[in-house]
Amino acid sequence: MDVKALQQRLDYLLGPVLSARRGTEALAQAIAALEEQQQAFVLHWIEVIDRSNYELAYQFAAAAPAALQRLDETAARTWLLDALDRYDREGLHSGTRALQDHAAYTGIADHAQAASFEQHANVLRLFVCGLAGRPLQLESAAVTCTDTDTLYLPSRITVMPSAAENFNIYKVLATLLWAQNRFGSHRSDLAAACAAYPDPQYATALLMHLETLRLTPRIAAALPGIARQLVAWQNGATDARCAPLAQPEATVEHSLALLADLYGRYEPPPQPWRIMLHTEARSRRDARVQRERGELAALLAQLLEGQQQQGGGDDDAAGRFSIDSSTAADGSAEYTLKLDGRPLEAPRAVAERIESLLQDLGEIPDDYLLNEGEDADKTGDDESSLTVGEASAGNPPFHYDEWDCRRRHYRRHWCTLREVELKPGDSSFIDATLARYRPQVQQLKRSFEALRGEDRRLRRQHHGDDIDFDAVIDARIGLRNGVEMPERLFTRRHKAERDLAALFMVDMSGSTKGWINEAEREALVMLCEALEVLGDRYAIYGFSGVTRQRCEIYPVKRFDQPYDAAVRGRIAGITPRDYTRMGAAIRHLSTVLSAVEARTRLLVTLSDGKPDDYSDHYRGEYGIEDTRQALLEAHHAGVRPFCITIDHQARDYLPHLYGPARWTLVDQVEKLPLKVAEIYLALSS
Amino acid sequence: MTATLTPLHSKILPAEARIIEQQPYYQPLGDEVALFEAACANQLPVLLKGPTGCGKTRFIEYMAWRLKRPLITVACHDDLTAADLVGRYLITNNETTWIDGPLTRAVRAGALCYLDEIVEARRDTTVVIHPLADDRRMLPVEKRGELLQAPPEFALVLSYNPGYQSVLKDLKPSTRQRFVAIEFRYPEAATEETIIRSESGCDAATASALVRLAQLTRNLKGNGLDEGASTRLLVHAAKLIMRGVSPSSSCHGAIAEALSDDPEMLRTLDEFAASVF
Repeated sequence: MDVKALQQRLDYLLGPVLSARRGTEALAQAIAALEEQQQAFVLHWIEVIDRSNYELAYQFAAAAPAALQRLDETAARTWLLDALDRYDREGLHSGTRALQDHAAYTGIADHAQAASFEQHANVLRLFVCGLAGRPLQLESAAVTCTDTDTLYLPSRITVMPSAAENFNIYKVLATLLWAQNRFGSHRSDLAAACAAYPDPQYATALLMHLETLRLTPRIAAALPGIARQLVAWQNGATDARCAPLAQPEATVEHSLALLADLYGRYEPPPQPWRIMLHTEARSRRDARVQRERGELAALLAQLLEGQQQQGGGDDDAAGRFSIDSSTAADGSAEYTLKLDGRPLEAPRAVAERIESLLQDLGEIPDDYLLNEGEDADKTGDDESSLTVGEASAGNPPFHYDEWDCRRRHYRRHWCTLREVELKPGDSSFIDATLARYRPQVQQLKRSFEALRGEDRRLRRQHHGDDIDFDAVIDARIGLRNGVEMPERLFTRRHKAERDLAALFMVDMSGSTKGWINEAEREALVMLCEALEVLGDRYAIYGFSGVTRQRCEIYPVKRFDQPYDAAVRGRIAGITPRDYTRMGAAIRHLSTVLSAVEARTRLLVTLSDGKPDDYSDHYRGEYGIEDTRQALLEAHHAGVRPFCITIDHQARDYLPHLYGPARWTLVDQVEKLPLKVAEIYLALSS
Repeated sequence: MTATLTPLHSKILPAEARIIEQQPYYQPLGDEVALFEAACANQLPVLLKGPTGCGKTRFIEYMAWRLKRPLITVACHDDLTAADLVGRYLITNNETTWIDGPLTRAVRAGALCYLDEIVEARRDTTVVIHPLADDRRMLPVEKRGELLQAPPEFALVLSYNPGYQSVLKDLKPSTRQRFVAIEFRYPEAATEETIIRSESGCDAATASALVRLAQLTRNLKGNGLDEGASTRLLVHAAKLIMRGVSPSSSCHGAIAEALSDDPEMLRTLDEFAASVF
C-alpha cells in the first residue's frame, strides 16, 4: 500500500482519536516503510485493538514501525498480547506504557526462550506452597520483593539464553523471597534502614547481597540444588568479611551491622536479577502478627474450654498453655503445645497460627498464650473482627477469563461473576403445574423408577455368591441327555450404581419473557419430581447479567440442598432478567460441577438463543467463540455439556458449540416441560 | 461322562495360611508393637489407620512373625461380599462342595486375618465382621447353619486410610467402635531415613534428600495432591537410584508420576527433586 492509501485507511480506523494536532500522515509514512506483510499485520491489529480502545490502537500504530524493525512476528505478537493484557487489567496508561516498552522483547532472538510469570505462576505457587507448607500469594510486579504476605516476581525474564534457565531464575527468586520471610529478614525494617544511607539504592543492593549470603546456607540445608545456583550467581566472589553470615546463628541484625561496616567499601557482584525491598514489609508483618495473636488467643480459649469439659470438672487445673519450640537440624522449627505441662495435640487451626507466628517471630512469647486476665478484652475484639470478616465474605466475586477470538488469546480475569440469591416466587405455580401434568408426572416417575440403581440378583452367572438351582437343574437334565453342560450356574447380586451428577443451567435472559419462562419453570418442576425418584445428584442454577462486570448466577438448588419448599419457591421465582453472557456462566458452573465427585458429570443448558450481551461486542462471532472455548474447557475438566434449546436457528450455531450430537431442539415451547425430563432420561441411561 | 467345573479361586487364597518365617524389616515408630500384643492377648480386634505406604502392611507381617501366627491377608475391593470372606458352595460333579473363605479359614486356624482397605468392601461384609469383632467372637456361616467360635489365637485386623475425603469411603461408627485403633503416620525424618537406608541400601545423603523431598510433597496435601509421597515411594526411588538411575529420573518415575497426572504438578514435583539433590 502506498502512503496515501494507508493514510486513508488509518483515518478511517483511528478517526475518533484524531484531532487537528494529531494526524495520521507521519504514521502512514512510517508504516509504509514496512514490508507488505508487516503492514498487513499492523492494520489487522489496529482493527482488533480498535474494538477495545481507539487510543490504544493509535498508540500501537505509533509504536509498531519501530517495534517491527526489531522484533520478528512471534516476538511482536507476544509484545502486543502482553500489552493488551496490561490494558485489560490495569487500564490505558499501563497498556500504553507496555506498548512503548518493546525493547524488553528484543533481549533474545527466539521468544520461545523467555519465561513469563503467567506461564509459570501455577508451578511456582505449588513450589512455594511445598516450601512454606501453606499457600502463599504470588504476583507479578515491576519490582521483585516481598511484603511478607505476597511474593512479587517479575512478569517476564529473558536474561538467559534458554527457557529452562529463565525459569530457574524464577525458582531461585521465589525461594529467596520465601527464605527472607522464613528466616526473619523482615523482623527489622530494612527499607527504612537502607533509606538512612546517602545512596539508598546502593545500600539496598548491598544489603540484599548480604542477606542472600546469610540465607544461602539455610537454603542449602533443605534445597542444595537451589543453593548451588545461588553460589553460582555469586560468581566465586567470596569475601572473608562476609564469612560470619554463613554461621547458623547469624540473623538479619548481623547483616545490618555488616552493611554499616562495608558501606562504600564493597561492591556486590552483579546478579541476574535484583531483589528489592518493599517499604511496607515490616508493617504488614506486624499487622499479621497482631492479627494472628488475637486469633490464636481466641482459638486457645476455645480449646481450653473443650479440654475442661472433657476433663470433667478438673477445675483446679490452671489452664496455662506453653510451647516448647526447638530448631531441627535442617533449620525447620519444631514445637510441642502443652497445657499445664502435658503435651496436647494442637488442632489444625491452632497449629497453623502457631507455625505462622513461629515463622514471623522465631519463638512464641509466653504472653501470646495467655487466655484469661489482662488480654481478655483484646481476645474478644479480635474474635469478633474475625467473624465479621468471614461473614462479609458471603458472596465474593469470581473472576473468569474470556476468550477473544480476534486476538486468539484469553482476556485475563475479564468477567466478574457473582452468585445472587433468588427471591422465592409464588408457590401456587408449583401446585398448578403438578395438577396440570399429573398423569405425565406419574408416567415420568415410573420410567425413572425403572432406572433406579437397586440391587438385582443376576442369574446364570459364571461366578457369584450363591448357586442358581434352576440353572443347575437345567444343566443336570442337559447332562443326562448328553448335551454339553453350561458353566453359568451361579447367582450374583449386582448393584447398578448411577454415579452421575447433573447440573442444569437455565437461561434467565430477558428474551425468555412470557411463555418461554413459564415453560422453563414447568420443565424444572417436572424434572425435579422425576429426579427425586431416581436419586441422582443434581443442581439447578439460573444465569444472566449485563456486561462483563456483572455476570450473575442464581442458585436455585445446589447439589447439597434437598428438593424442599425453599427450592420450589425459587423455581417459581425464576424471572426473565437481562442478557446471556454464556462463557462466564459455563466456566463458573463447570467449576461447581467439577467439585462434585461422580463418574459422569453432566452440564445441561436450557437456552432460547445465541449467547448475547449488552453493547460490548459479545453478540455474534465473539460470543459464540467464547462460549465454544468455555465448553471446550469444561470438556477438558471432565464435564459433559449438553444443550436443550427452543431456538429454531439453533442448527446454524449449536453444532459448532456442542458438536453434532450433544444438543437437541424442542421445536414447540409447550412441549418443553415434558421433553426435558425425557431427554435427561435418554442422556443418562 | 463327567464334566468338571473349575472351582473359582480368584478371590480365595490357597488353603494353607501364610506363615512368615523370616523376620520382616520393621522400624517401630512408637509403642505400636506393645499395643498390638496387648490387644491380641486380650482378644481385641485392631484397626490400623494411616495414609497409604506408611507401613501398615509391613507392620502386620512383622507382628505375625513376632507372634508366630499364620497370616491371611485379604485385599478388599468394591465387589468383595460377605460370601467372598466366609465361603461358598461350589458344584463339583454331582454334588455341592463347601469351600471356606479366607475369614473362615483364619478363624478355624487361629490365624491373624488382615482385611486391607476394609472401606473398599461392600457394606454387607459388616454382617460377618461385627459378631467377630465384639466379645462374642463368633463367625456365623449362614449357608451351613454353623456358628464358629473363634479360638483365642485368632485376631482380626482391619486397615483403613482416613485420608480419602470421600463420604462413601468412611468407616461407620458402629464398626470402628469395636476396634483398638493404632494410628500410623509418616515416620519422623530420622526414622524415615533409617527405613529408606535399610530397605534400599542407599547412602545417608540420598536418604536425607528423599526425606526432604517427601516433606515438600506432604506440604502440598490438600493444595493439589491428595497424599504426599509415602515412605514406600521413597524406598522405590532409593532402589532405582541404587541401580544407577539418576536421582531426577528416579524421583520422576517413582514419586512424581505416582502422585499426580497433572502436568503442572508433575513439573513442580520435578523441580522439588532437582532442588533437594
